[in-house]
Amino acid sequence: MFEILEKKVWSDEVPKIKEFVVKAPAIAKAHHAGQFIILIVDENGERIPLTIADKDANKGTISILFQEVGKSTMCLGMLNKGDHIHHMAGPLGKPTHVEKFGTVVCVGGGIGIAPVHPIAKAMKDAGNKVISILGARSKDLLIYEDKMKKASHEIRITTDDGSYGRHGFVTDELKHMIEVEKIPIDLVVVIGPPIMMKFVCKVTEPYKLRTFASLNTIMVDGTGMCGACRVTVGGKTKFVCVDGPEFDGHQVDFEEMMMRQRQYLPEEKLARETCEKQTCHKS
Amino acid sequence: MSEEKETKAGEKPKKPKIPRQSMPEQDPHKRAGNFDSVTLGYKMEQAALEASRCIQCKKPFCISGCPVSIDIPGFIKLVKEKEYLKAAQHIKKYNLLPAVCGRVCPQEDQCEKVCIVGKKGEPVAIGRLERFVADYEAAHGEVPLPELPPKTGKKVAVVGAGPGGLTVAFDLIMLGHDVTIFEALHKAGGVLVYGIPEFRLPKAIVEREVQYLTRLGVDLKLNHVIGKIRTIDQLMKEDGFDAVFIGSGAGLPWFMDVPGENLNGVYSANEYLTRNNLMKSFDFPKHDTPIKKHKNVAVIGGGNVAMDSVRTALRLGADNAYIVYRRSRAEMPARKEEVDHAEHEGVQFKNLTAPVRVIGNEQGWVTGLECLKMDLGEPDASGRRRPVPVKGSEFIMEMDAVIIAIGTSANPLIAQTTPDLKLNKKGYIEVENETTCRTSKKGVFAGGDIVTGSATVILAMGAGRNAAKSIQQYLQTGEWTPNGKQ
Repeated sequence: MFEILEKKVWSDEVPKIKEFVVKAPAIAKAHHAGQFIILIVDENGERIPLTIADKDANKGTISILFQEVGKSTMCLGMLNKGDHIHHMAGPLGKPTHVEKFGTVVCVGGGIGIAPVHPIAKAMKDAGNKVISILGARSKDLLIYEDKMKKASHEIRITTDDGSYGRHGFVTDELKHMIEVEKIPIDLVVVIGPPIMMKFVCKVTEPYKLRTFASLNTIMVDGTGMCGACRVTVGGKTKFVCVDGPEFDGHQVDFEEMMMRQRQYLPEEKLARETCEKQTCHKS
Repeated sequence: MSEEKETKAGEKPKKPKIPRQSMPEQDPHKRAGNFDSVTLGYKMEQAALEASRCIQCKKPFCISGCPVSIDIPGFIKLVKEKEYLKAAQHIKKYNLLPAVCGRVCPQEDQCEKVCIVGKKGEPVAIGRLERFVADYEAAHGEVPLPELPPKTGKKVAVVGAGPGGLTVAFDLIMLGHDVTIFEALHKAGGVLVYGIPEFRLPKAIVEREVQYLTRLGVDLKLNHVIGKIRTIDQLMKEDGFDAVFIGSGAGLPWFMDVPGENLNGVYSANEYLTRNNLMKSFDFPKHDTPIKKHKNVAVIGGGNVAMDSVRTALRLGADNAYIVYRRSRAEMPARKEEVDHAEHEGVQFKNLTAPVRVIGNEQGWVTGLECLKMDLGEPDASGRRRPVPVKGSEFIMEMDAVIIAIGTSANPLIAQTTPDLKLNKKGYIEVENETTCRTSKKGVFAGGDIVTGSATVILAMGAGRNAAKSIQQYLQTGEWTPNGKQ
């Protein structure tokens, strides 16, 4: 059982965005940037992967941030400070490859900003110049601005509706940096919705600009056992849980990945509706 | 099927020869629609009658046929005397998991194969008797705990709560050591909980046997992926473990490497079974993990895992559930009993058939499976006749799901973070021999599928038994010679 020490509601607009600080000393101690956990809300729950957004190894805590898009995340969101998450396994996946690259641009879209945070931090600690691009639909939905400011030398913000920062997408800002400002960039790290990652990779590809994309696919065990998370990278099948979650973004078959992500949409809808009708077995 | 010759329960035995007692089964048509146990176990009188068939050999071959050397004539004698609880306690001296082994062991290739009674007729039904006494014990109150020796002060870490790890833990706690099991998943049992379906092995039984272990004082740490949360080196150097047993299994599923394999509706058997068994997705949405209910399902492979998958597909409501296997039925690695059960339930066999391509629609869903007919040629390295493709025999079967059950390989998580652990070419952990179970790393032992590749529950338990003996010797002497003798 893993105790929730703090709860923060980032956005009350549906789908809601929430963050927990959870007591998990062993995971906090072993965690490296880029790794994730699998949690189960209660005994009937499913195993859901969530990237670790922050940690405090001294206090023995990790932060997880999620959007309530399905039944499991809705049930998770109903928990409060002092409640417990039944199971949590991690840290899983390979850590981000961190070294001194030079200038690293960390791109986070939506709640993808949270998992990019520890990577920006680690890249900065390794002596890189870190410029972060944070994208959100609107100002109200922007998360982790302060944390990303600390973890980067410079941050840039884009919103789809123009309510904050550049009016446009993260790709617009990135293109501007490359083509107009002509900032020499050594590495781009991108985390966000698959479609956004795909387009960021399309922007960097013509410049042969090395790009890491961290993938969040459907998983069951998260330890290499089931292969539900498989993606094609460079023409070969890889498992996101043990070979990733980070891959060379230019090699990832995003179309196939998005197709596979849609597999359980009808079931997810059914689960959500059943849950809403019955006020959820977790409440 | 041999059981046709057997008598029905309750029928008066003809002296002098009592026939092998058949075990009642759920009706095949009924059971193909539920996840309840297929076989129903002996009644008391049947068990006693079956036990009386044992001739109590002076030099029993059955014991040497058992990977964990259970005193088979000893427990059977107690059953004959209707001392069922004593019989159960007697087995438990040798085997922690009798209710499991009684159900899933391939007895026909082990103890029952060498049974003397079987030389001139049907062997004694050792497996069914083992299952009977274990179930009897469970149904009659809390199982008493054996007396434990004084603590030795030695600490042993066991990685993986599968059949191998559980056996090591049991043997070592019975020798007075402190034992901690680290299990990656949120339930203990390994393949017993994620792989073998409820209808063959009820999960309550596994839970009961694991509980027995924790009642004995074994510390069970779930959700601990060794190699990630702690490394083997950290366990030894920082956490004070004197020895480590690695029984992490052969968890990585193989795919066929044919076009269309990443289409929606293609699963590894591991995924399909894990969703259903560990996560109970047959009970979706009461349990949160979903599973698709497909109409036409092809399962590729001819082993026990393939049979488990295809029978699961039937139970989830498939109209047509096929086994697609490139050799013939005679070469199938699955237990005969499982193949027969599958057939009775309505599974269709497409033998001498090899898949070459999975066909999908524009939305990325499976619509068909293209196959090639095979002929049997000369025997290959495995001794089985090699399947040879028949030219121009391609044909397409309409399908909306394809489940791949062609085997698994070593899980790499521990090896990735334990650089001085020697692996063989296939990525399995190299051990000195199967008796010592010693790896290339001092104080670290390994056994089960992570050493041999996918095998059976009982072979992993046998490896666990050997490893425990070897660990005991190491803990007592501290000796770690390259060719140390037992």
